[in-house]
Amino acid sequence: MRQRSLTALALVAAVAVGTAGCTVERHWGGNSTTAGSGKAKIGLVTKTDTNPYFVELRNSASAAARANGADFSALAGQFDGDNDGQVRAIENLTQQGVNTILITPSSSTGVLKAIKDARDAGILVIALDTATEPADAVDATFATDNFAAGQQQGAYVKAALAGADPKLLMVDGTAGSSVDTERHGGFLKGIGLTDSSPQIKGHTAANGDQSLAQQGMENLLQRTTDINSVYSMNEPMGRGAYAALKARGLTGQVVMGSIDGGCEGVQNVKDGLYGATVMQFPKKMAEQGVLAAVQYAKTGKKPTGFVNTGSTVITDKPMPGVPSQNTTWGLQNCWGGTK
Amino acid sequence: MTTATVTGNRERESLGEFLLRAPAVGPALALIVAIVVFSLATDTFFDLDNLSTVVQQSLVVGTLALGQTLIILIAGIDLSNASSMVVATLVMAKLAAAGTNGFFALVVGLILTVVVGLFIGTLATRIKLPAFIITLGTFTGLTAVAKLIAGGQAVPVTDGLLQWLGTKRYLFGGIPITYGMTLALIMFLIVWYALTKTAWGKHVYAVGNAPESARLSGIKVNRTVISVYVVAGVCFGIAAWQALGRTPNADPNQFQLGNLDSITAVVLGGTSLFGGRGSVLGTLFGALVVAVLRSGLTQMGVDGNYQDLATGALLIVAVVVDRIARRQQQS
Repeated sequence: MRQRSLTALALVAAVAVGTAGCTVERHWGGNSTTAGSGKAKIGLVTKTDTNPYFVELRNSASAAARANGADFSALAGQFDGDNDGQVRAIENLTQQGVNTILITPSSSTGVLKAIKDARDAGILVIALDTATEPADAVDATFATDNFAAGQQQGAYVKAALAGADPKLLMVDGTAGSSVDTERHGGFLKGIGLTDSSPQIKGHTAANGDQSLAQQGMENLLQRTTDINSVYSMNEPMGRGAYAALKARGLTGQVVMGSIDGGCEGVQNVKDGLYGATVMQFPKKMAEQGVLAAVQYAKTGKKPTGFVNTGSTVITDKPMPGVPSQNTTWGLQNCWGGTK
Repeated sequence: MTTATVTGNRERESLGEFLLRAPAVGPALALIVAIVVFSLATDTFFDLDNLSTVVQQSLVVGTLALGQTLIILIAGIDLSNASSMVVATLVMAKLAAAGTNGFFALVVGLILTVVVGLFIGTLATRIKLPAFIITLGTFTGLTAVAKLIAGGQAVPVTDGLLQWLGTKRYLFGGIPITYGMTLALIMFLIVWYALTKTAWGKHVYAVGNAPESARLSGIKVNRTVISVYVVAGVCFGIAAWQALGRTPNADPNQFQLGNLDSITAVVLGGTSLFGGRGSVLGTLFGALVVAVLRSGLTQMGVDGNYQDLATGALLIVAVVVDRIARRQQQS
């Protein structure tokens, strides 16, 4: 009996360790390097280490660090929004004596104090993917301009409507998140509407969850099926919205746009689930961040300001006036082109 | 004289006592009120197709909540039910995508959720760990497992049998009924029968009310607890099947709050979080109330945050009613 209890306890401990551990990758080159010695020591902190977007970001950063002979260590929060986990990661990296920290902040404000402490210790801090508020809390930001990405999506949908007045349903992400707000605002600017426009026939917030997007869309379509366009803040929600449209037989009359550019999202565009998606480039963010770190270690020169790593419309039905790439290009380049 | 006293008591039965005797009445009333209000407030809500849609929207959480009801009746809790279900959906969809027979995939998914139930039940009884802690661990672990299995890609569901609960439908009095709705109804009836008409059901309530007295009166408490987690595991496996019928992909990022949604449905349904009191009928109404609120408020154009606010307020009302009812019973 006692033996059995111990076995079970060991199992519990194994599960606990398996889920709480978050160190994902580390390669230190030489020994006893110190900041300012010319060798870059880079620490990366992502939001989670399970989301493929951040895995791509991490792999790209790791590869770029290897290529440039820099030391590299990657940590992550345990879930999206794990500010505390990120703060601990920053403290650990500072302790390890890195000279650059690349971070995708879980929230734009949650980790500012830890970032300030790191910068006060002479560490270069670059935000990747998500900007901080205020933006100058970090030395520089390498990210997608989400407003511009939303604007491209809106411009595509507007062009695809070919002059018809929009009758729009909007599937938003998490209310209040900066990425969501920027994409939402950009989309409306691109399609030429405002939040109070009567052309918006309804909106629902689905927290990035496919099933909630489907449910919200079903409820909106009960209100009206007289629509011709759908905004979806990311690709999983686009798939949920599509399922609801399909059940109503509306897919033929609706132009839907999405954002993210994951390989699966590009495949969805190819399969005709939505007209277009707007691709972002985590690989560029990571590589440019690493190069900036290497330069800082060599010359002491810090990058500044917001560096837009760009976004590209992916569609097989290109529209005049909206620069785009087709899904073949998209599948080769999705999230950095590892596939 | 004794008879007269009893009759006298019954005449003076308070609302609290009545609710204790029939805990499903409160949620049933809430459901009816919500339906009436939305039918008057919008000209789109009261529509047979829409009512059918609302029921379909509550199927996954309702089936999760059915298993959760049994667990909460024995004063346990399962925070990992939705993540166990999501892992099952991914395993089923992946197997089917790899060309495996759909029935085999379904069985594997069911075995998986049952094994998780067996694991939780065993830890809860053999090592006397609180269910909250065990399932917090399994929740975190299984969430990670789901993401690892998926590798960032949602898995499209192509197998006919796996989609069957959502795609096959027939008309009943003009209302579109899916096989998923039919199966959920049958499951609720089976669990209702098992809880109210069998010795096992009486054991479940007894263990939830007072485990020590149950043990002294000869009930095999550990065996009952484990059986509850296993039966609940079956429910979570069926919920996975329901989910594949509802959504076109198995996606590790969906049903993120399914565990809490199922607890909400159970508590709204009048089942006490302290165990020993409640019914699956109440849970059925509880799950429907949430879906009706979402549907009606969305059609009225109410912002999602206010929808959550309304659901939260309703939940607190349900807990307060439970408390008052218990206090009146004690005094």
